[in-house]
Amino acid sequence: MTVSEQGLVVPDSGKLVLPEYAKPQLGNHPPLDSPGYRSTGLRHPKQPLVLLPQRLTEVTGPLLGDDLITMQDADLTTQHAGEPQGQRIIVFGQVRDSDGRPVPDTLIEIWQTNAAGRYRHTREHHPAPLDPNFTGVGRAITSQGGQYRFITIQPGSYPWGNHYNAWRPAHIHMSLFGRAFTQRLVTQMYFPGDPLLQYDPIYNSVPDEKSKLAMVAEFSIEDTQPEWALAYRFDIVLRGRNQSVFEEAHE
Amino acid sequence: MSELLTPSQTVGPYFSMRLPWPDGPYVVPAGTPGAITILGRLYDGVGDPIPDGMIETWQADPNGRFAHPNDPRGPILDGDKAFRGFGRAATGHDGSFKIVTLKPGPLPFGDGRLEAPHIDVSVFSRGMLDRSVTRIYFPDEAVANAADPVLQTVPADRRATLIAAPGTDLDNPDSVLLRFDIHMQGPYETVFFDL
Repeated sequence: MTVSEQGLVVPDSGKLVLPEYAKPQLGNHPPLDSPGYRSTGLRHPKQPLVLLPQRLTEVTGPLLGDDLITMQDADLTTQHAGEPQGQRIIVFGQVRDSDGRPVPDTLIEIWQTNAAGRYRHTREHHPAPLDPNFTGVGRAITSQGGQYRFITIQPGSYPWGNHYNAWRPAHIHMSLFGRAFTQRLVTQMYFPGDPLLQYDPIYNSVPDEKSKLAMVAEFSIEDTQPEWALAYRFDIVLRGRNQSVFEEAHE
Repeated sequence: MSELLTPSQTVGPYFSMRLPWPDGPYVVPAGTPGAITILGRLYDGVGDPIPDGMIETWQADPNGRFAHPNDPRGPILDGDKAFRGFGRAATGHDGSFKIVTLKPGPLPFGDGRLEAPHIDVSVFSRGMLDRSVTRIYFPDEAVANAADPVLQTVPADRRATLIAAPGTDLDNPDSVLLRFDIHMQGPYETVFFDL
């Protein structure tokens, strides 16, 4: 009998003792078919999903590390010759799993509009100015305690074609890998008090009210830096592990 | 005590400005001996290509091992550092994507059975509020595929949507080319999984 790095017991019989990641609760994630968000219509599976057991491919995942990023990647205000326009903000928080354990060494990628609500993208047609000093893309790796911290500027709102007078609330897209394929998450961080939230079919696609609020950052006066930048805390919770499941071999 | 998960939201139309890093589609560097190229297209419910999608792949190495602490069989001893296991490709204007990788080995399922070689796939795009998960299986593994514990749970008439089709790269006839199209809906709807 041997023991792996994480203390998992490897029985000599070749049986596998794997972690199992908890299922989301009902209403925690948006349904793939959300008529209020029109583009879901032709882009959601219509046939029933097939249950995929969590085996080796699903409980492992890419551990993308420091080779992909530099310190500058976490500061979106220093990626160009000059400073970007807009309100400087600090976005920070902890990545943990649903049983409260910090998720260390995991890649977080963010992307967002500039202060005027415009993405730096060839397909973007919103007639708001581009900012030569702002790309709007950042990367960071969480610390041992699961902590991350970005410096950026307050993104703007922008119109979109979903319905008459549709505007997206200000948001920052966030992409996370966690430690396993099963934990992969792409979400959006919203800002407290944004009057557009109530009209946004993407934000409101999440059925559970409490889950929805988990996408709204919290303003933090304690972490706001005097004379410099406002701070928003945004903790991110990924699927946690159930107790190890032992499976009997059919030998 | 279990905390509420942070909900999933769409990647929107603009992730492709930087998320796909230049060598993203290369799970192994171009020209690696034994490399296979997987070409595919992502289609919506009326058969139009999805030009703003992103495909991510995750897989074992050719020996069926993962450089990951959750693999209880321990670290890869002869690990090839150039093998990332992970691929990421944005779809083009015609919905096309490309992944260059090595064929994974079979995996123990944990009960004495073997999983056939496979690649786990996440599909993201505007209009998708959460990823859709599917798998790529290999056309030259008929026996292993027939015994695969996951494929066996897929309705028989839909299994073919998970098996890549052999192809030929006319520019490079010695290399292995596979086709794997992903249909979100319609008569050829790909099998997607509840993970």
